[in-house]
Amino acid sequence: MISSTLGVWNYWIVFFLMMIGLFLVIGRKNLLKKIVGLTIFQTSVFLLYITFGKIQGGTPPILNNINETVYSNPLPHVLILTAIVVGVATTALGLSLVLRINSEYGSIEEEDISAEDLIDYHDLIETSKKISVKFKK
Amino acid sequence: MIDIIIKNLPILVVLTPLMMSLIVVLISNNFLSWLLTLFTTLITLIFSLLLYQEVYLHTAISYALGNWVPPLGIEYLIDKVSIIPIIIIALISFLATFFASKIMPAEINNSSISKVYSLWLLAIAGLIGLVTTGDAFNLFVFLEISSLASVALVAMGGQKDKQALVAAYNYLILGAIGATFYVIGVGLLYGITGTLNLADLSNRIAEISDNKALIAGFGFMVIGIMLKAAVFPLHIWLPRAYAYAPSAVSVLLAATATKASLYILARILFSVFDISDNLVTYTLQYIILPLSILAMFAGTIMAIYEKDIKRLLAHSSIAQIGYITLAFAIGTKASVAAGFIHLFNHALIKGALFMAITSMGFYINKRITINNLSGLGRAMPITFVCFVICSLSLAGIPLTAGFISKLYIIKASISADGIWIAFLILASSALSVVYLWKMIEALWFHESPKEPNIKEKPEIYIALLMITFLNIYFGLDASIVVNSSFEAANQLLGVQK
Repeated sequence: MISSTLGVWNYWIVFFLMMIGLFLVIGRKNLLKKIVGLTIFQTSVFLLYITFGKIQGGTPPILNNINETVYSNPLPHVLILTAIVVGVATTALGLSLVLRINSEYGSIEEEDISAEDLIDYHDLIETSKKISVKFKK
Repeated sequence: MIDIIIKNLPILVVLTPLMMSLIVVLISNNFLSWLLTLFTTLITLIFSLLLYQEVYLHTAISYALGNWVPPLGIEYLIDKVSIIPIIIIALISFLATFFASKIMPAEINNSSISKVYSLWLLAIAGLIGLVTTGDAFNLFVFLEISSLASVALVAMGGQKDKQALVAAYNYLILGAIGATFYVIGVGLLYGITGTLNLADLSNRIAEISDNKALIAGFGFMVIGIMLKAAVFPLHIWLPRAYAYAPSAVSVLLAATATKASLYILARILFSVFDISDNLVTYTLQYIILPLSILAMFAGTIMAIYEKDIKRLLAHSSIAQIGYITLAFAIGTKASVAAGFIHLFNHALIKGALFMAITSMGFYINKRITINNLSGLGRAMPITFVCFVICSLSLAGIPLTAGFISKLYIIKASISADGIWIAFLILASSALSVVYLWKMIEALWFHESPKEPNIKEKPEIYIALLMITFLNIYFGLDASIVVNSSFEAANQLLGVQK
């Protein structure tokens, strides 16, 4: 029991990182912390793929002219290289959005932003009503 | 020359907008960058129409990228199913670019227009790539290209209204979660089967029965794509993103972005996994079917109580996505075909409605709320007439495209012993008349605050006229759409059923 649980300890790490990341994205109100969570979430997926690629006793996939060499699977590594690039792009775009939000709203706390948006929205509906009433008279 | 083009069409439809986006960003003249974008989308449209012809000659085109033979190499697969979303995306992006000529400079700073067009082409390339690729991981890359480009496009609305930034942020976070879920699913399936090629994946999955990782992988993939496709209740990002995006971007995204994801959903459910499998049947019956019915009513009711028109249309999109997923969920050949018919028609309808509304917003130069629209219809007769025709099309009145798709969905649901579903569809269509009438009433019957002095510009209404014409044309003669959709359903569900 213990050996089978520990034998897949990589997957446990993946699982914990995934949950931590997802929790941060959902639970935190700070826009920056959400992005940190998202990055952790994506990193857990990278680890998941790398784990698939490893074969016990496998060597790096470099041809060495010995017949019975066991090679690890290189494909997941290549896929993750792509996924890392995508992840960096996502994080960069997210951070630049947070920067712009900070300069426009003066805060990156979700509560402050949604409070301001709500005021803005109701104001808009109300004032446009008033204007149309005025013109009718 | 022509031969080479025809041979490489599957990659050309993706590469043309992708490469041109790199050139457009270098052009400093705004008009030239628009012209080049228009030219690119026109070429893409021509390529996709050629592709349509080719697909019907050969039934399916498999293109080995870089001559690496699939399933080892990346395959671009164009069959009778994927050609439908390709045509939708190419057609709408051409019309939306045409529409953008005057609208875009009104909302975006002069210095950033060519960058916006570059992102615009990148988003189109991502969406088309998403549909053409036959490789599960390549699909993820295109998913992210299109979604990052559309997030940046939505954020460009921040130059006018700062709420666009928050909308873009939410879109980015939820989009990234959706894509990551999809990758987890692909990873699990790869771990079991050792292949990433969608066709190969489907063969190998058929050999495996009762594997928990398979079920988990399926769940992750479907949830991730449902998040991208804004299937209720995973639609939270959609209304804000569409409402605060620049007008032309709303038109493009509303008509194309969710359609590509819906196609992927159909592909995963019916082609990668087998519909006769319990896993898929239960998912369709107990998850997607109830959620679609909820979406039809929730979307419509939210739209009825909405004052901001762009948000209203976005809520109505959620309801319409509900119709499409409902048609998929019934799972018979006729209903899947009906789903594809509605996929096409809804792109036309929503594109037209967003065009009409945003061009009204262009003239009044204010946020487009119900109150701001009072009496505007009389000042702009051409736009108003187009708007009314497309509203009727959305409600499903005969002689319009919307009628055809509703007719086929209802027919399919009755023949699948779901008369109650047909009634629910009719009820929700009737409810949709409420919010459509609310807009039409404000536009025509309300007193206008002051007599607005508006001259409609041909640059803006020509695109609207074209798309409205298509709405009527496909309502009168739907044979092309209907036939291709049935062919698509045949290919997806296999011939034996």
